Order: sequence, then structure tokens, then C-alpha cells
Amino acid sequence: MRNPLSDTVVNIKPSGIRKFFDIASERKDVISLGVGEPDFDTPWHIRDEGIWSLEKGRTFYTSNSGLMELRTEICNYLRRRVNVSYEPDKEVLITVGGSEAIDIGLRAMINPGEEVLIPQPSYVSYEPCAVLCGAKPVIIELKNENEFRLTKEELLSAITDKTKLLILPFPNNPTGAIMERHELEEIAKICIEKDIFVMSDEIYSELTYGREHVSIASIEGMKERTILINGFSKAYAMTGWRLGYAAGPEKIIDQMRKIHQFAIMCAPTTSQYAAVEALRNGDNDVAQMRESYDQRRRFLMNAFKEMNLPCFEPYGAFYVFPCIKEFNMSSEDFAFSLLDAENLAVVPGSAFGDSGEGFIRISYAYSLDKLKIAMERLSEYVNKLRKKA
Amino acid sequence: MREKILTFIEKNSRVDLGELAILLGMEQADVANELEAMEKEGIICGYHTLIDWDKVTDQRINALIEVRVTPQRGHGFDTIAERIYKYPEVEATYLISGGYDLLVTLEGKTLKEVSAFVSEKLSTLDTVISTSTHFILKKYKDHGTILHEKKDDERMIVTP
Repeated sequence: MRNPLSDTVVNIKPSGIRKFFDIASERKDVISLGVGEPDFDTPWHIRDEGIWSLEKGRTFYTSNSGLMELRTEICNYLRRRVNVSYEPDKEVLITVGGSEAIDIGLRAMINPGEEVLIPQPSYVSYEPCAVLCGAKPVIIELKNENEFRLTKEELLSAITDKTKLLILPFPNNPTGAIMERHELEEIAKICIEKDIFVMSDEIYSELTYGREHVSIASIEGMKERTILINGFSKAYAMTGWRLGYAAGPEKIIDQMRKIHQFAIMCAPTTSQYAAVEALRNGDNDVAQMRESYDQRRRFLMNAFKEMNLPCFEPYGAFYVFPCIKEFNMSSEDFAFSLLDAENLAVVPGSAFGDSGEGFIRISYAYSLDKLKIAMERLSEYVNKLRKKA
Repeated sequence: MREKILTFIEKNSRVDLGELAILLGMEQADVANELEAMEKEGIICGYHTLIDWDKVTDQRINALIEVRVTPQRGHGFDTIAERIYKYPEVEATYLISGGYDLLVTLEGKTLKEVSAFVSEKLSTLDTVISTSTHFILKKYKDHGTILHEKKDDERMIVTP
């Protein structure tokens, strides 16, 4: 029999998280801080709207772009929250989670051989999605000393005449880093000068603490070269509903819609009705969840301080990214032996790119009670390692 | 800041002062001062414990009593409400808009105690026109807390 597989796909490295997941899920009584989704249930009024839509028999496809009602609400939301105006009928596409938007956005924009700049550590899907459409991924290694923000020097040194697109993943998973307006303005200036497009993954935009989220699309001259990606998973605790969106220039959205139409048809109808309710009446829920995350974030920062574990203060998402270089272990070894010794699961920073080596990702999408037990275990483990040394 | 403190302790008044300060990003002394001030100002009126008594005994029942009264000249409902809420067996008294005037709740009493209270004390007050007593059969949710719910974390253990 011939080889049934595509070489491109076979050559893609499996996710670094997979291996860890397999081992961690076999153990009993594990406390895991390894989850990348909110611990809250979707607010009841949003779920109720989904249920209501089913009761009324709204079980058909929607238009390829998604419900007009939802696209209109998204445009209202983006105008209100990040101060960018989009046309609901031309410049917005509802997708199956932000992830689909990343995938089809890249496919709509990239020709084989063109270079896509991917700052890392970052979400695991950018690089494989870029490879799948024949792009050459160019990794920009973000640094702890810059609090894992992208600097203009780093950007400039990665640009070649083949550079087409910059992926901008802030607020960042796994580091919790954000980018502030003056930094984005520097990035924007370079993108305009060098004629580079931006894919801005803002899925954690509602989760920033003490700092306003700024979208690069709101900076002058950037809306026309930015695909803004967002969704409902993180802000409204709706991961399982699989609903996201892309907003951007009509020219690009048109081509994304084409792929979406052939590959997906439309995003789940029930989820779209629920999402309308989320955008109309969900601000208060988001504020409450944000406040809880913020409390947990402060709790963890204090716990690290007490155990002397260096960690820059992150202002976004629900992750902290402490440095474990003092123990002279790879992040993977650290994570495995922590799991072994204390039954505590964290994700090795290296799963998010080589520049995550020497760090671990800790999620605070957990109740304070759980976080307390987890920090006791981590502290115990860290002390043991230090005594050994 | 006050609202943040109140929102937190409304759900968990047993939190350690130092921990609360960390969670809210405040100095411990400031939190302590605010709490003390709010106690003095009568904003914080007490620290209670939410108990599911059904799990302890089946002798205690809770009753809601709708009371229709004749308001008094110059005092409205306040004087009559005061006469009612001063009885130690009364848990709460609210002035209500709509079909009746006062809602009186009794908690943790026996059937005898409730019936004695209604027939001997409440209905004999001059200003009380009528009463209607409801017994609570089951508490599902109280003070924002679902009483019989125990939910496991159904998320996958590690996700990107």
C-alpha cells in the first residue's frame, strides 16, 4: 500500500502538551494548574438564550458569515471596547472559535514561501497553521527582561523582504504579557513602513488587570492591514460553544469567508444566538470574572514572592509564567518531577516555543482554595530542590 | 475600594485579613481600617454563617408570613413593623409592595412555635388585619449559595 499521508502534516511536531497530558491524566488526585480555559460556567442568562433558541427550533445553518444580528453586536462591541469601527455586512466573519479564524486567516493571506513572524512563547497553533499553508514561520523569541513584550528592535531584526504577516498574540498565553499603546504604536509604525500585515489575536482582551487592553487596529493606518481575532471563550467562559470571529479589511474577510464556506458552512447556530445575549447583557459577568481572576493573580504573585520564585508581574490573560532556571532543569523535567513528587500539574514553558524554556505556565483559572493547596505543594517542592542543591 | 471589600466578605467573611489585603492589592492596615469604619457606620451589620440545617435536624422549620396591616397616622408602617420585629423569634421583617404589607420570616422553629407565634402574638395585634403563613418545604439556594450542589471540575486536566 502507498503511504496514505501528507508529508507536510506528518512533519508537523505534535503539541508538546500532548505528552504531558497523557501522563498527567493517568494519575489520581492530581491538582492541575494546566488548564487553558475558564473555571466559571457560562453565565446562566447566556446558556438560557442558547436553550431558548433550541426550543424555538432555531436549528438551521446561518449565513456563512454568521447571524447579522451577532455581527452587528460584535461591531457595536468593538467600537465600544477598542474604538475601531467595522461594517457588519462586509468586515466581520463568525468562526468556530478564534482558532478557526487563525487558520483561515493565514490561508487567505499567505503564499508558499512567504514569511510569517511568530513571537514566542505563544499559543501552540500559529506555527503549524502557518506551515500548513506553506509559509515559512519565523520565530521571534520574546524575553523575560522585556516582560515578554515584543520590542521594535526584535521586530526589525526579524523582517526580511519576504515578510508578509506579523502575528501579535497579546494578552499572551502562556506568559500573561500585554502590550501597551506606546509599544503598539512603535510596532505599527514599522508594519506600515515595511508594508507588513498583522494578525492580532485578542482572545484575552477582556482579561487585563489595571491596564486597558489596546488593539493595534485602533492605531492610525493599521485597521486596513490588521485582522483582529477575538471570541467568546475566555471573556464569557464559553470555550465549549466554539465561537469566535475575525474583523478586518473586506478584501481579506471575503477570501476567509470563501474557505469558511467550503470547510465549515457556518459557526454553530445555537452558540451564535447565545453570543448575541453575551454581548448585549454580559458586561457585568465579565467584570465579576475579571475581578476574581485579578484576586487570584495577586495571590499567586504573593505566593511566588514568599517562595522566592522569580516571576514578572503579568497584566493579562489568566496565566503566570515563573522562571525556574535556578534549578538547572529543563521545564519539561521540572514539570514531570513536580507532578511525580507533589501531584501538581503545570505546563512546561517549552511547550509554547523554545524561548519558553526555563519557565512554567501556571493557570489561575482555578478557585482560590485549589490555588492555595497548589502553592503549598509547589513551595514544598521548590524547598526540597533547594535543599538538595 | 469599599465595594470590593464588601463584595468579597459578603461571600466569605472568614477570610484572613492579611490574605484579603493581598487579594485586593491593598495594605493590611488599610483593609482593617476600612472594615472597622464600615462596622461603625453600620454598613457591615454582622458576620453570619450560612447553615443547611436540614442536614443537622428535621425538627426545624422555616415560615414566611404575609401580614396585612392598617398603617397608623403619622407613623405609616414603621411602628407596627417595629412591634413585630422586636419578637426574638422573628428572623426578618420587610415592607413589601403589592398584595400585602409586611413579610415576616421565622427560622428554625417547630411547628408549635410558629403556630403559637401567629395565633397568639401576631394576629392579636390591633393593627393586623390578616396573616397568611407559608412553610418552606425545601431550600434550594440561599444567600446566593446553591445548597445541594457539588460539582466536579470537568475540564480536561491539561489544555493549551
